[in-house]
Amino acid sequence: MAEVKNVATRVGFGTALVELGKKRDDFIVMDADLAAATQTGMFKKAFPERFYDCGIAEQNMVGIAAGIAATGKKVICSSFAMFAAGRAFEQIRNSVGYPHLNVIIAATHAGISVGEDGATHQCNEDIALMRTIPGMTIINPADETEAKKAVYAAIEHDGPIYMRFGRLAVPVVFDDDYKFEIGKGVELREGNDVTIIATGLMVKEALEAHDLLKAEGINARVINMATIKPLDTEIILKAAKETGAIVTAEEHSVIGGLGSAVSEYLSEVYPTPVIKLGVNDKFGHSGPAVKLLDEFGLRAVNIAEKVKRAISLKKQ
Amino acid sequence: MDIALKKSLELTAQKARIGIIKSIHSAKAGHPGGSLSCVDILTYLYFAKMNIDPKNPKMANRDRFVLSKGHAAPALYAVLAERGFFDPAILTTLRQIDSNLQGHPDMKNIPGVDMSTGSLGQGISAAVGMALSAKHFGDDFKVYTVLGDGEIEEGQVWEAAMFAANKNLSNLTAFVDYNNLQIDGTIEEVNSAMPIDKKFEAFNWHTIIIDGHDFEQIEAALNEAESIDKPVAIIAKTVKGKGVSYMENAVNWHGAAPNDELATQALDEIYARLAEME
Repeated sequence: MAEVKNVATRVGFGTALVELGKKRDDFIVMDADLAAATQTGMFKKAFPERFYDCGIAEQNMVGIAAGIAATGKKVICSSFAMFAAGRAFEQIRNSVGYPHLNVIIAATHAGISVGEDGATHQCNEDIALMRTIPGMTIINPADETEAKKAVYAAIEHDGPIYMRFGRLAVPVVFDDDYKFEIGKGVELREGNDVTIIATGLMVKEALEAHDLLKAEGINARVINMATIKPLDTEIILKAAKETGAIVTAEEHSVIGGLGSAVSEYLSEVYPTPVIKLGVNDKFGHSGPAVKLLDEFGLRAVNIAEKVKRAISLKKQ
Repeated sequence: MDIALKKSLELTAQKARIGIIKSIHSAKAGHPGGSLSCVDILTYLYFAKMNIDPKNPKMANRDRFVLSKGHAAPALYAVLAERGFFDPAILTTLRQIDSNLQGHPDMKNIPGVDMSTGSLGQGISAAVGMALSAKHFGDDFKVYTVLGDGEIEEGQVWEAAMFAANKNLSNLTAFVDYNNLQIDGTIEEVNSAMPIDKKFEAFNWHTIIIDGHDFEQIEAALNEAESIDKPVAIIAKTVKGKGVSYMENAVNWHGAAPNDELATQALDEIYARLAEME
């Protein structure tokens, strides 16, 4: 078996920026004094004259990005999820979302896997916040490969995009042949007993859960939902009809994220048991990311437990 | 200053004031005080300064204007209508449910509006972004913005000011509509940003203080701004409610519409002034 490579999705983001930079010069990259961490530093190093540091002023950075986009140019601005979606929420809503401008907000260090920095930097609320903005597209890649492909797709996209990347090095799940399309979920494993819909680093855990469950005779379908908005309702409805129970898995609060999006959709069109796995309405704390993922129950074994509950709720 | 131009601007600014009063009266809501205080600045920009084409509002290399104090939308709409971006007849649909003239500027649906604004402090960042875009991509357009004197209490304004100077955005000129009143009282009573010029100077901007109702001073300041290799803040001393006697320096006219009687009185005053000029 080939050795699994661990790479943070933020590194995929930085790598893709440099690749894009080699091909085109019609966009600007900005950061708010976190270039070394977000990985826009890779672009800054390769193309210093096309990179602007806004300093520690995320609200202004988002406003500047809106202004650049209003002149018809492409722009990518980056910070930690907490300070992009959190601190600059209203700037994203009013200066980017309302005029529907082509701004890519690349938020890194999302979720509990930030680790040692602790609760102030572990943003488990960003998807919820961004979902409420009309016309906002939200992409949460599962691995380095998907992160790169998502960046290439985002630069071609019309309208605002929130991209969510992680700090922690996570296994590369997809090879270069993987097809990424904004707004499309991808079925990674077949199964008709239950469906696991996962996003971000939980995709790898969902694949492991599939194997754990298979050993127990449960065939779990696994869907990677990188785009959380607009939601791929077609693949969800099909899964609900064919498997009758759903578990969602995300490294985000259970309030307002992927699980909420799936539940909100199905409750209106095809009521189906949906069990949400995520961070349960509490703040994180300092510690190594891998230990926090264990503690907060964001592992394959936890998904497998939720799957059994979901199956028990299936309509007879 | 060219005498004919000055006379023409004075006439236009009075006509725009009519648009402001009529639209806000018709809407039964809006912000007349701060619209009347900045309308002379907007008139100068749109009629004597900016490279724009009302027939081609999205012209790529046009100069940009951002009304950072977005609640003065009636002034912007009235000036845009006078300039020919749209039919002045629709000004009286302001804020109505089927109108494109939103309570605050909407760049998606109003010809001539370069940026959606209304949440204070955000417009100047967008203006900075436009100026940065022009410099970065080698475009030679200029960017103008108007801030409120209350608005500059927002921290984002100073984030934007710091960045603009650091990146030497000499293609950016920001007016501060210094009418000395905000919703809750005078600027000093609420939370003084004075001295405004010293603050911008401390942020490495060039500053000019003028009478914001005097076209000669507006012109001179804008000419001076073009010779300065820095972003420029023009602190324009103005009178809130300028041109309608009962609204002048009256804080209660920040966000209230005149009733029929008061609207008629306001319009009569402006028409009388126009008749005198013509």
